[in-house]
Amino acid sequence: MKLNELSIKQAVEGLKSKKFSSVDLLKACLGQIKAKDKSLNAFITVTEKEALGQAKRSDNLISQKADLPLLGIPISLKDLYLTKGIKTTAASNVLKDYIPQYDATVVSKLKNAGAVLIGKVNCDAWAHGSSGENSDFGPTKNPWNEEYVPGGSSSGSAVSVAANMCIAATGTDTGGSIRHPASFCNVVGLKPTYGRVSRYGIVAMASSLDSIGHFTKTVEDSAIFLNVTAGKDQMDSTTPDTKVDNYLEDLNRGVKDLRIGIPKEYFMEGLDPRIKERIEKAIKLYEKNGAKIVDISLPHSKYAIACYYIIQPSEVSSNLARYDGIRYGNTRPHFGDEAKRRIMLGTFTLSAGYYDAYYKKAMKVRTLIMQDFDKAFAKVDVILTPVSPTLPWKIEEKVNDPLGMYLSDIFTVTANLAGIPGLAIPAGFINGLPIGFQILGPRFSEKTLFRVGNFFERNYKSGL
Amino acid sequence: MDYKPVIGLEAHIELKTKSKMFCNCSADYFGKAPNSHTCPVCLGLPGALPVSNQKAIEWCLMIGLALNCKVRNFSKFDRKNYFYPDLPKGYQISQYDIPFSEAGEIKLKNNKTIRITRVHMEEDTGKLLHLNEDSTLIDFNRSGVPLVEIVTEPDFESSEDVNEFLKKLQLMVRYLGVSNADMEKGEMRLEPNISLKFSTSNQLPSYKVEIKNINSFRFAEKAINYELKRQAELLKSGETPAQETRGWDEKKQKTVSQRQKEEAHDYRYFPEPDIPPFTFDEKYIRELSAQIPELPDAKIQRFQKQYSLPYYDAEILTREKELANSYEEVAKIGNTKGINPKQIANYIINKKVDPINFEPAKIIDEILKGKTEEINESELDNILDKVIMDNTKAVEDFKAGKEQALMFLIGQVIKMAGRKLDSNLIREEIKEKIK
Repeated sequence: MKLNELSIKQAVEGLKSKKFSSVDLLKACLGQIKAKDKSLNAFITVTEKEALGQAKRSDNLISQKADLPLLGIPISLKDLYLTKGIKTTAASNVLKDYIPQYDATVVSKLKNAGAVLIGKVNCDAWAHGSSGENSDFGPTKNPWNEEYVPGGSSSGSAVSVAANMCIAATGTDTGGSIRHPASFCNVVGLKPTYGRVSRYGIVAMASSLDSIGHFTKTVEDSAIFLNVTAGKDQMDSTTPDTKVDNYLEDLNRGVKDLRIGIPKEYFMEGLDPRIKERIEKAIKLYEKNGAKIVDISLPHSKYAIACYYIIQPSEVSSNLARYDGIRYGNTRPHFGDEAKRRIMLGTFTLSAGYYDAYYKKAMKVRTLIMQDFDKAFAKVDVILTPVSPTLPWKIEEKVNDPLGMYLSDIFTVTANLAGIPGLAIPAGFINGLPIGFQILGPRFSEKTLFRVGNFFERNYKSGL
Repeated sequence: MDYKPVIGLEAHIELKTKSKMFCNCSADYFGKAPNSHTCPVCLGLPGALPVSNQKAIEWCLMIGLALNCKVRNFSKFDRKNYFYPDLPKGYQISQYDIPFSEAGEIKLKNNKTIRITRVHMEEDTGKLLHLNEDSTLIDFNRSGVPLVEIVTEPDFESSEDVNEFLKKLQLMVRYLGVSNADMEKGEMRLEPNISLKFSTSNQLPSYKVEIKNINSFRFAEKAINYELKRQAELLKSGETPAQETRGWDEKKQKTVSQRQKEEAHDYRYFPEPDIPPFTFDEKYIRELSAQIPELPDAKIQRFQKQYSLPYYDAEILTREKELANSYEEVAKIGNTKGINPKQIANYIINKKVDPINFEPAKIIDEILKGKTEEINESELDNILDKVIMDNTKAVEDFKAGKEQALMFLIGQVIKMAGRKLDSNLIREEIKEKIK
């Protein structure tokens, strides 16, 4: 096995036992970037020099027997995460030369945990999109078949992990932007509970929906990562004091007597029958091993996309107002079509005379969607659903169909509207393209999601 | 046809908290090097998030309580979206439909009640410095300084009413210790809205004119009077004044049109998603109320009663909290030495005692030194008669207009009485006798 193919857990063990150095590990990743990224286009900036410095420092610390959870591990950052002194573009021409003056809280936490930050990765500009094609730096390609999209908006994050160009990556999930590309690229993607991870220093898309998560090769890695990033931040008032669990604690508890809810609304028309069949097999696996499968209903799910496409653009229109052409070097015509579309939509839905009919009503529907989940979680511990109704599509297939693109988030936006966590788990391939499912839980139930996800990862055979 | 002024007020007061409203930068920006009090939050950099200043919220609630407003049990911040170069986020964090407090009132001297619509919290903007036609500089030191907005109902009927209210408001926030409310420094800003209605009408006029650029109480008075006259003339000639924003031009001594309402903004308010909403329970509100010190109106009333002072004295003594405190300290000592509170009030008002650097004991000494002795009326009468008879020349001189002759006569009276007497009293008595 090549070093760059290791998981966080394997790499940390190898580094500790001196089988290889952090510099070796970094060089393996850099080598893979050089070999693959010309065609995959996952990276906007590769911070080779800074990363080498960090890797050398890590090796020093390792020789001093320092014990940090991510010591020496190469990690890529979605280019929405502000990095002091390192260009941060949000994949938009508006910020194409922007060099931030401070690090995002999560970036500081990763540095303090010993991570080696290998570069800034591509995404849909401002995180607007489900395919990665809205980037002003060109589309990122799916490493399993380069004619296909990798999913979005955290396209480069998913691809950098899937193609072994780093060991893990950060992302943001406002309507599915982590879970969606994770499932298109066969990696594990976590959207934590809203507020569990600080948003400070991450370019905002829709503030009440943005969730700060990550991509890893295994469920265990995802738990290791969240152990580093979770917690209250004095700089973000939406991060509560709620106790941070040790996310590794229940990893191997199995699923006996665990109640898994299957919402009928997520398995109806529109879902590719091949995906449906695959997920049903996964459900069987859980059932066979002692989990209780419960049919449930989330009746307001059908309004989720409509509700999301009012709240999200409203907040987007306000959050993008600061890029007014006075600061940051580039003027407003540098915004791409999708950002302009959302600015116009949001400006309209917030306008006097329309606010009540749109924004206010959407907020009421949002409450109903939350209540759906509250009721469901009174009966079940977790909910299992597909991530995407379709397999990855071909590049350019949907670029002229924004509504079709929006509908690909139909199963993911509900978790953002409700503020609950979701973990996307790979479930094999169909026609050589990855598919995945997601496990949703009540707020702050990440520990349980890792337990359920880890069980599947350890027990499924690719022939499933 | 007679017209009656209809005037409402919007006042902004900058709080003197140590740090800004949503970040840790120092809020003390006045006279500081441009952009030296800034950080990612108040510069509105990408990714930066606001964290509320608890002290500022507490102070805003206290202003509301002092204005007899009702504090909301549930409140929140909203985003007010608009473009202006001094607003780095493209929106101001303010409050829209649920202000921290509302529905208060304040009584004026003439017993008129001014209703307070709302008292809400927001953040100040940066400052623009226009160099020339081509370039403008931005200083973000003021960006994010806590700002309290107070809105009244259109209950004022004259510029004098407005003036009294503003002075009251200024004094109140100084008493609360939450702002210096110095108008010249922009710590207190006013925007009156003015219109005229037929004196027989019960309805509000169909237009209103808002006035900006007012940075002193005197300007406010002049601007309002100018505007009332201007509008009355328009109305008399059959025109309805335009709904607009006008600015006071001190040089020209007139208001000048700045912006017609057709360009009115749609601020697209929506709840600020970066700050969770607030709940204030009754216990907390009671605790806050208990922290509010005795305010000027109550103090004036108490001084009048407790120290038997006329309104005039009580009002002067309470113009500064420190002065009022000093007065009470001296009065306490005076009480043990047989000096009555009115004498002390006279002394402090006439001598313009420095309210900060003063020593109560010294003031008492000085009053004692200057203290005159009593004399009963018949004794004084006898002495006066005698002095007038013995000094006919001086009496004639005084009658002829020589003021010095009177001084001589007063001296003779004191000499004959053989003790220190109140010369003012004697002066009046002599004048009475020889009139």
